[in-house]
Amino acid sequence: MDEIQSLLHGFGVALTLKNLLLMFTGIILGVIIGVLPGLGGANGVAILLPLTFSMAQQPGGATSAIILLSCIYWGALFGGAITSILFNIPGEPWSVATTFDGYPLAQQGRAGSALTAAFTSSFVGALVAVIVITFLSPIVANFALAFGPPEFFAVYLLTFCAFIGTSKEPPFKTLASMMLGFALAAVGTDPVTGTLRLTFGFTRLLTGFDFLVAVIGLFGIGEILLTLEEGLAFKGASAKLNMKVVLETWKELPKYWLTSVRSSVVGCFMGIVPGGATPASFMSYGVARRFSRDGDAFGTGKIEGVVAPETAAHAAGTAALLPMITLGVPGSPTAAVLLGGLMIWGLQPGPLLFVEQKDFVWGLIASMYLGNIAGLIVVLTCVPLFAAILRVPFSVIAPIIMVVCAIGAYTIHNSIFDVWMMVVFGIAGYLFKKLQYPLAPMVLAIVLGDATEASFRQAMLVSQGDMSIFFSKPLVGSLTSLALLLLFWPLISAAIGRLRRG
Amino acid sequence: MTEGREGRAAFRHKSAEIAVAALFFILGALVIADSVRLGVGWQEVHGPRPGYFPFYVGLIICVSAVITFVRALLMPRARSDRTFVQVGQLKLVLTVLIPTAIYAALIGWIGIYVSSILFIGFFMRWLGKYAWWKVAAVSLGAAVVFYLIFEVWFKVPLPKGLVESFLGID
Repeated sequence: MDEIQSLLHGFGVALTLKNLLLMFTGIILGVIIGVLPGLGGANGVAILLPLTFSMAQQPGGATSAIILLSCIYWGALFGGAITSILFNIPGEPWSVATTFDGYPLAQQGRAGSALTAAFTSSFVGALVAVIVITFLSPIVANFALAFGPPEFFAVYLLTFCAFIGTSKEPPFKTLASMMLGFALAAVGTDPVTGTLRLTFGFTRLLTGFDFLVAVIGLFGIGEILLTLEEGLAFKGASAKLNMKVVLETWKELPKYWLTSVRSSVVGCFMGIVPGGATPASFMSYGVARRFSRDGDAFGTGKIEGVVAPETAAHAAGTAALLPMITLGVPGSPTAAVLLGGLMIWGLQPGPLLFVEQKDFVWGLIASMYLGNIAGLIVVLTCVPLFAAILRVPFSVIAPIIMVVCAIGAYTIHNSIFDVWMMVVFGIAGYLFKKLQYPLAPMVLAIVLGDATEASFRQAMLVSQGDMSIFFSKPLVGSLTSLALLLLFWPLISAAIGRLRRG
Repeated sequence: MTEGREGRAAFRHKSAEIAVAALFFILGALVIADSVRLGVGWQEVHGPRPGYFPFYVGLIICVSAVITFVRALLMPRARSDRTFVQVGQLKLVLTVLIPTAIYAALIGWIGIYVSSILFIGFFMRWLGKYAWWKVAAVSLGAAVVFYLIFEVWFKVPLPKGLVESFLGID
């Protein structure tokens, strides 16, 4: 049981006064970010990433920095549920499914129970995922130590093909948006030969596009523009959360243990295979409705209908960090931003992290346990406070969010040009969202573009241009086959559907 | 906002689809053009040339764009006539977008603090119709909070202009 020992060591790293303080700061900031329109997990973390630059320089600072940022992420995951239940506005895409039963509950005056159920199941989902991370990630990392360029390319291929196979958006739009991400990643210096590419003579483009700027623009500015269309006012139910309601709901929750287990499994799976928290929450809601005894009553205000999507979303959001720390392949946009942070702090994400940066990795994993406990405490005690933020008029909160986004974009490289790019990405984000071009594959492509290309070219060098290298060994062969299966899944499932009907 | 001029469609769904698909095609073509310049083939010792990977990326962008374009053209009438954005909505979006663009341009010129104060103030006064003292309190307060968090606490320098050097906090 090496993991237990490493984990205990990790708790030693994470449990300092400074780190605990950062944990609570992160959670509170994260919940605020999750509650506010236009700020979400991914761009919230991206905006606050520059804050950690000087912090990460100190010894042990990288651990503190990742604790702060990952806690912002947990906070945002918790925060999404507040707006869904009280205001019927999903603060985050993964809490859309929570509105189905959460908002009716609030209208019936049971907002307290709905919130307690949501927070508790978020916590349970996260806990299951952290346990999975604790025991599975050392194995995956150890396994991945033997990976060469072909294996890494196959993993990247699998990541991107999974988007096409699992996303609800039209496959060609997913493909277009993903390839645009690759094209943006290719701008600047070629990672292998150092040749300048796609700069068209603009010196500004020599360093390429930073995906953090893209994240802030696409998810931040784009989201605010979308919110504006819906009008400027939020109307919501009020929330009173006292110990009595909490305890009563907790007494009711064990009834739904089977739903929790199912949702955690769905969530962990969707998080590790890059599907992400959003599809996981919908899938888990659908599964719960099908299997529940009173599935027909879903949508009218059932606690079970809150438990299912929240457990899955939080499990997926947490599990998305597993491929990030073990392989250097993030499972979600927020995990991608955290990965970007790691690289900026000078840590090389991937299997070697478990060998060379034990303190960092196990400190992070231990902080996941602590951060989620801290998160549960914060949200259960401070709901009215966070709900009050949404009552601040939009004409005050919108410009402040814009300013925060601009500061975030500027501070990444101290460049005004990045602020302009943020506005451009914002317009793109608005158009893409409205026309159903998914943003997540684009962001992941910008992050992983160079690494994907480098691993492909290295593999080609090894094989002297022979593509069969991607099928040369059982491991790389099965990864590639799985990737191709997912890539053509839309076609395959259409064919199966036609066969059944015909 | 469904009645009258404000509720009319500023753009139809079909036109928006076609415009964005065309934009994708142009971007894809640009990528292909530059990749061909760099060489897309095999090179001894170095393996695939620098243009190899982007070439296929550009190609896939163009192919996907063409497919989306054709699909938009063939869209059934009921869907293609759907409103993409209403006049009223577009106005609202532009009242935010244009000041934001100006704001982004101002930052480089007069620093982030003064431009943020102006930006927040403009929003509150123009869209929110708040009293001047409230406008001043919130916008100045926000600037002070940003200064304290970024420059004092986390030691991250933000862009400054003449006013800051005059106040001696440069």
